[in-house]
Amino acid sequence: MTVFRSRIDPASDGFRRNRADMLELVGRMRELEAQACTRSDAAAARFHRRGQLLPRERLALLLDPGAPVLELGNVAGYDPEGNGTVPGGGMITLIGFIAGTRCLVIANDSGIDAGSLTTPGSEKLIRACEIGLENRLPVVFLVESAGGNLLTYRVEFWHRAGRMFAMQAKLSAAGIPVITVQHGSGTAGGAYFPGMSDIVIGVKGRGFAFLAGPPLLKAATGEIADAEELGGMSMHARVSGLVEHLAEDDEDALRICRDVVARLRWNAGQPSTGGAFEDPAYDPDELAGVVPVDVKKPYDCREVIARIADGSDLLEFKPDFGAMTVCVEGTVLGHPAGFIANNGAIDVEGAAKATHFMQRCTQLGVPLVFLQNITGYMVGVASERSGMIKNGAKMIQAVATTSVPKFTLIIGASFGAGNYGMCGAGYWPRLIMCWPNARLGVLGAEQAAQTMRMVAAEKAVRDGEPLDDAALDKYAADIAAYYDAQESAFVSSGRMCDDGLLDPRHSRHMLGFSLAMAAESQLTETHPLSFSVARM
Amino acid sequence: MSFDTLLIANRGEIAVRIARSARRMGLRAVAVHSTADAGAPHVAACDLAVEIGPPEAARSYLDGPRIIRAARATGAGAIHPGYGFLAENAGFAQACADAGIVFVGPSPYAIGAMGDKAAAKRLMRAAGVPVVPGYDGEEQGDERLLAEAQGIGFPLMVKAAAGGGGKGMRLVHDAATLPDALAGARRESRSAFGSDELLLERAVVRPRHVEIQVLADTHAHCLHLGERDCSVQRRHQKVIEESPSPAVDAALRARMGAAGVAAAQAVDYVGAGTIEFLLDSDGEFYFLEMNTRLQVEHPVTELVTGLDLVEWQLRIARGEHLELTQDQVTMTGHAIEARLYAEDPDNDYLPATGTVARWEAPAGEGIRVDAGIVAGSTITPYYDPMIAKVIAHGDDREQARTRLVRTLEETTVLGPVTNRTLLVAMLRTPEFAAGAATTAFLEEHPPRMPAPTSGDVAAIAAWLYDARRREADRAAPGLAGWSSTGALDSRRRYAIGETIHAVSVHETPGAVEILVGDEGHAVTLDGETPIIDGDARPLRGVELAAGQILVSFDRLDLEIRDVGALPPGALDAIGGGVLVAPMHGKVIAVDAELGAAVVDGQRLVVMEAMKMEHEIVADGDGVLEEIVGDGAQVAAGQVLARIALEETAA
Repeated sequence: MTVFRSRIDPASDGFRRNRADMLELVGRMRELEAQACTRSDAAAARFHRRGQLLPRERLALLLDPGAPVLELGNVAGYDPEGNGTVPGGGMITLIGFIAGTRCLVIANDSGIDAGSLTTPGSEKLIRACEIGLENRLPVVFLVESAGGNLLTYRVEFWHRAGRMFAMQAKLSAAGIPVITVQHGSGTAGGAYFPGMSDIVIGVKGRGFAFLAGPPLLKAATGEIADAEELGGMSMHARVSGLVEHLAEDDEDALRICRDVVARLRWNAGQPSTGGAFEDPAYDPDELAGVVPVDVKKPYDCREVIARIADGSDLLEFKPDFGAMTVCVEGTVLGHPAGFIANNGAIDVEGAAKATHFMQRCTQLGVPLVFLQNITGYMVGVASERSGMIKNGAKMIQAVATTSVPKFTLIIGASFGAGNYGMCGAGYWPRLIMCWPNARLGVLGAEQAAQTMRMVAAEKAVRDGEPLDDAALDKYAADIAAYYDAQESAFVSSGRMCDDGLLDPRHSRHMLGFSLAMAAESQLTETHPLSFSVARM
Repeated sequence: MSFDTLLIANRGEIAVRIARSARRMGLRAVAVHSTADAGAPHVAACDLAVEIGPPEAARSYLDGPRIIRAARATGAGAIHPGYGFLAENAGFAQACADAGIVFVGPSPYAIGAMGDKAAAKRLMRAAGVPVVPGYDGEEQGDERLLAEAQGIGFPLMVKAAAGGGGKGMRLVHDAATLPDALAGARRESRSAFGSDELLLERAVVRPRHVEIQVLADTHAHCLHLGERDCSVQRRHQKVIEESPSPAVDAALRARMGAAGVAAAQAVDYVGAGTIEFLLDSDGEFYFLEMNTRLQVEHPVTELVTGLDLVEWQLRIARGEHLELTQDQVTMTGHAIEARLYAEDPDNDYLPATGTVARWEAPAGEGIRVDAGIVAGSTITPYYDPMIAKVIAHGDDREQARTRLVRTLEETTVLGPVTNRTLLVAMLRTPEFAAGAATTAFLEEHPPRMPAPTSGDVAAIAAWLYDARRREADRAAPGLAGWSSTGALDSRRRYAIGETIHAVSVHETPGAVEILVGDEGHAVTLDGETPIIDGDARPLRGVELAAGQILVSFDRLDLEIRDVGALPPGALDAIGGGVLVAPMHGKVIAVDAELGAAVVDGQRLVVMEAMKMEHEIVADGDGVLEEIVGDGAQVAAGQVLARIALEETAA
């Protein structure tokens, strides 16, 4: 045991200030999450009158009571300018437990705009499928969607959204069960959600699937059809063969779905992963106060790891070599992990050390956890001359190619190539989430502004033009504002650069959940097919 | 008359209880059991066990020759018959004697003399023991019985001459209903006792049932051990018994005791026996019958006298002297016994069957529980539905009563429906507390049974949620109750009786709120001891198959169904013309033919189960489109009749 000794006093003014700042940001995040719930729940009367349950009510019946839930893309689609968007993109995606089985659940948030598909919603869906595929999670769709919004149609959206169905095929072929509960309509493309599923549970009288609903059919061919006859679940169960299980209502459908998942025997006979563990010596709740929300203020990243790892028991790798890059062995909820975190820019030694550490974790099969607070790789004559580029490149190579599962939390700054070397979204982290204080960018707003101001000034000098300081200042300020507007984690998470924002106090849970999922996925035996399960 | 091995020709709690004394006395105890009872507690309580046949009592516990063979095979020199089965069968007692085996009980003569209720009354009248006016003649035709009934006056009791324990017994209020009562009593009597001879006697209205325990040795020494008050009865079966009786003082005890001894001596009685009297409100008492065996309720006498009646039965059977004078018999404190039955008080006391999923009985000072079940036992339809006796002894009646209430509140029996909460409610009524209960008690003072409150439902939901949470903690260690969104929500609908409660659980870090309908409750989860709105609300529960949940609160037993875990229709009430067997049993009469027009309330089928008759009546007007065959053996839930109901006029 090497229990980390914290230097932080939770009673100090600094801690209290940090915590207040952080909780304000967490509050803002919760507010955004609540917008979707409020919008969706406003449809309660309509749903209940029709004998239906709201999407979140369905989830509350489907998921195992008391079992953990990791929601993905909680602010996906968030636009600070508004523009009528609802954070969440009209789609709920989460990893949760059904009948004791960790599953990926994708539900249309059909209380909002009848579940019509949005760009962020379909991107969320595609990303969720990727997560399901990589982590071998059975995927459950709760479908009720009016289809693509014809009024806000964009060609690129339609074009890209086809991937949603391709992912269903990929999952099925990879041996991952794809189960759909058809709660409401599935029109046109939406009809392929059940169509591409291994198992479909259809709600009698409320679920529909047709390539063209009655209005389009009439417009296209003049044929007049009754919705029930055209694509009702009873018809599909008895005539077309699209539905395996016909349910009386939402509640019954979810009961059948739980039964279907239970019978997957997905983790049957699998040994439990992870060992016994202790709580951290320092309360994870203190994570809200350990970190200043201003990313310019330095702090010791080991204070964060100590509040995530079991027993705060950390074995630091090469503490006196490349000390600004911190590599630590620890466990989270009994699952071993190699932590890589930052106490400053990545220098030559730090890059070499991180590379070494990653190789070793790969050799041992120990998953990697990246805690990003990185301004970038070290610049300067000395740095360049000692091979920063090649050392940085080695680190990026190691991140890109390691075979162990990777998880990333952006807990502060995430700039430039530092984002890459520390396993940003481009480097296939199985999950990547941001604390709400995180700032992201190719470089900092001020540095970008000053760099461009200097370039502009040099050009003016070269062109023999007079220097207009006021114009240059405005130019720099505009650039700074442009960068600044994109730097916030709220913006980048809204644009789905990650899998969602996370309350810092939940970091230990989220990582423990993720590491357990990764460990399970390695033991889960799948039976891939060369083709998906073909619906007959 | 010496023996070192005792065969116990019985089952259930009494066999266990007899084995306990026998083994303490150094005797080897031999159990007999039917195939249905191979794993029963009484088998485990004995040193040896012999299987004696199939589940039906007639082919096992009532098969005298087979039991005697078992005794021979195991070297048993004596047979204790317990109560019921062969305990009052003179032929069996004689067969034991013929086989050279000691029958622990009185002589075949005494059994026979008291077993014929009519003859016994004549005998008692002759011996100067007061007897209720009635008819006990040999002429049994309906006409004669009707004529006698007019002479005795109504209300009157029709009883099986050979009977006991309420079987073949009817209370008749007027002449018009007498013929049906006679027919039913004859049928029951024939099936239970092999004789359809009946007797009539005046029904003493609102009497107390007080009985005298006697002990007599083989040396003509007979004494009484005071009385037991068994007034609290349902369907003429005892439910709560106590000693001493609140209505008996020392003088009356002496008078009744003397009458009891006189009755015993009139038949040269040997062993433990009980003389039952009806005690009128004016202090008059009438001989009812003598039970020539150990009584179910003997423990209350044991607790107040300090004597082990089974031990004395065995010592007397060995020929020992009853070294006790009447003066030496003292009664210390007060004892009350409650009989725990697997039966449904809300459904006409229908016996219940099934597996006992959970059984926990408290122990402690002044508490005695004689149980015939353990957790996992199966209650079959073949035998008496009594599963245990819970007995409390105290310095005075009130202490015994409160102790018994508390003990029953803490007793857990989950599986088949039982009368546990009814017992608690009865013991808590002011009438019972005041010692004023007569045999009319249950009808006149039906105890108010509590209904589940919103807080109770919240407690059930909290317990179930916590159980799920513990499972979740095994599936995802350290993460139960966590959601990245900061709140976990789960919804369930729980059906309790006819009511469906929509319940949602909202968990946030460190707090759980449960909504029952619109009513919110702040909850602290703690397994079976949840705290609801600041109040501890302990419960004991089991989850059976998916969606079926049983919960015991102190004063409330509930069956809960998780609606969302059951297929639709699983909750639809039986009815609408479909009549099903309430329990396993045999069809003994079918009154209507296929295609017949039937009316609401018309009797269609009579079933016999647990030696009781149950009438199945039409639940609406219509045409019979399905009917069970006479003599059919049917399972609980099996459709007996289907009526195409007439459309009710709009």
